[in-house]
Amino acid sequence: MEALGLLLHGFSVLLTWKVLAVMMVGLVLGIFVGVLPGLGGPNGVAILLPLTFTMDPTSAIVMLSCIYWGALFGGAITSILFNIPGEAWSVATTFDGYPMAQQGKAAEALTAAFTSSFIGSLAAVLLITFLAPGIASFALQFGPPEFFSVYLLTFCSFVGLGREEKHKTIISMTLGLLLAGIGMDTVSGTLRMTFGWNELLRGVNFLVAVIGLFGISEILLTMEERLALRGHAASINLRVVLKVWKELPRYWVTLLRSCAIGCWLGITPGGAIAASFMGYNLAKRFSADKDSFGTGRIEGVFAPETAAHASGTSALLPMLALGIPGSGTAAILLGGLMVWGLNPGPLLFVEHKDFVWGLIASMYLGNVVGLVLVLTTVPIFAAILRVPFAAIAPMIVVSCAIGAYAIQNAMFDIWLMLGFGVVGYVFKKIGIPLAPFTLALVLGSRAEDAFRLSMIGAGGDLTVFWSNGLVGSITTLALILLFWPLISRLLEHAGRLWQGEVTKPGIRPE
Amino acid sequence: MATPETEIVVEDPTAPADDSPSVVSIRSVDIVVSLALLALAALLGFDNWRTGIAWASDGPEAGYFPFYLAVILAAASLYGLIGSLVSRVGAAATFVTRDQLRRVMQVFIPTLLFCLFTQWLGLYVASFLLIAGFMRLVGRIALWKSLLTAFLFAIAMFATFDLAFDVIMPKGPLEAALGY
Repeated sequence: MEALGLLLHGFSVLLTWKVLAVMMVGLVLGIFVGVLPGLGGPNGVAILLPLTFTMDPTSAIVMLSCIYWGALFGGAITSILFNIPGEAWSVATTFDGYPMAQQGKAAEALTAAFTSSFIGSLAAVLLITFLAPGIASFALQFGPPEFFSVYLLTFCSFVGLGREEKHKTIISMTLGLLLAGIGMDTVSGTLRMTFGWNELLRGVNFLVAVIGLFGISEILLTMEERLALRGHAASINLRVVLKVWKELPRYWVTLLRSCAIGCWLGITPGGAIAASFMGYNLAKRFSADKDSFGTGRIEGVFAPETAAHASGTSALLPMLALGIPGSGTAAILLGGLMVWGLNPGPLLFVEHKDFVWGLIASMYLGNVVGLVLVLTTVPIFAAILRVPFAAIAPMIVVSCAIGAYAIQNAMFDIWLMLGFGVVGYVFKKIGIPLAPFTLALVLGSRAEDAFRLSMIGAGGDLTVFWSNGLVGSITTLALILLFWPLISRLLEHAGRLWQGEVTKPGIRPE
Repeated sequence: MATPETEIVVEDPTAPADDSPSVVSIRSVDIVVSLALLALAALLGFDNWRTGIAWASDGPEAGYFPFYLAVILAAASLYGLIGSLVSRVGAAATFVTRDQLRRVMQVFIPTLLFCLFTQWLGLYVASFLLIAGFMRLVGRIALWKSLLTAFLFAIAMFATFDLAFDVIMPKGPLEAALGY
């Protein structure tokens, strides 16, 4: 197995004191971020990104991905103890986790949540280890038309498969693509959409936009809520952990099902939120005792947590193999790669072996260390919630500003961040999704380059996107996905017509 | 298992009331945003048209790709605009209540001032003022606690970014006087 050898090499890259220390710092910061109200995975990663600018790429990505794992673990703490989902994908965890905590079984619920997160992530990391190199080496044969068709597929599947209103997804996506185009055009060197304004020459930085959209707007949204909370801190002891682990094999079907759902929805842009609900609902549907769900069943914690984490982790697969992020947080990590001068895409596996396998190895190690860390330190992190929000909110604002300024040393970026904060607040409240915007902003210039290079190669002939079997089927699939809501309605209609004919044989057309 | 010491209770005395009157409906905001996006699309579309949207000998000109994006953006905004003008859905739904708006402004205005002060006084002094002021005035936390927290946070940020990680932040007269 070539992958195993490379993975071992990855571990050898990882096992230095410096990287391990960075990993611990990342995990602690991540759990912190996950527990705090108004901060979550994507915001935390975006705000803390500037800390990594002076590190080497491997330490930097290890730290960032560990912040991400930590945030995933941390979200479960508030959902179970306080019925406050730290993240949208923790909502399903509260259904059974909070009742368990009220019954005095908080330690069991937390252990179940952490363990199933670990299992979900592990399944996804295994998938990445064995699938990503293959996909990447296949993608090495891709030319610009193939890449453009893959980008098109990503964009179209967001529109066709997203649950939001279609025109709002399209607005969000085109806005992201347009903002990505501001500044110097990379192909011809012409200035675009700058209106003679020097500050816009640099373009709109992706990370500045993300810090505003997710960080600042989240603070504004959090302030609208009632911030009072009541709950019990819980500590976990070894006896409880062993007891829960002993029960684990009984739920292997649920765990396996949730892993599969999570991995699938993570790679396609379905996302962790959909995965956690689907995992929960399917566990409920296939259960012999449906009514006991929602009253504090441990299975109701296993199912959504496993799915959410499998999905959150496997979202990194398309990012590593193709340079296309499967989630908002993956998009931010991708933005980080570009800051450190790495070009995401299949070539990463060839040119930066140390980096890629170090990252994959860190996913294994980060999850193991993270599991131990959260199991032992829950009471400390739960106590963070005692700190009043009035003290936390301004500190988050300052961290956001530091993050936004540090990227390009520009005061203009702090103002831009504030602007994006307001935009994000309004968009979230009227239901314009932010994930397509993030994705479009980070992929925009690469998608445009791929399009124009294919056009140059083909002399302006649009049929280049159907010039061979591979690119043709990806492009066709993209178009089918784009119009999927229409197509499925037509199919349904046709099916009903056909059935109508069969069930009404007596009526003969005149 | 849960002893009284481990109970965590956080009160929120200034929480927005549930029955606070609505300031603006979702439908109105939808319409305003659609109009703004339409105007933006027109502006960007025009600029790209000026840059050139035709096919040159070496493929599409610089404005080609963004021009058609602006067209799609305009179409989607128009669709949304007509949709919210025709249907009355969301007319009753509240975008923000008066209490909520008050709380949002309690964060937004200090943040705005913070950005302004950062330009003149440097980031660290501005962050000291923001944290101390916010904790004292909005959170009603004891003055000495607010000042101490803000001071420690600003020092910690300075030590982390400027000293340890060499990430240089905007500075003002105070740092200059201290020799940084």
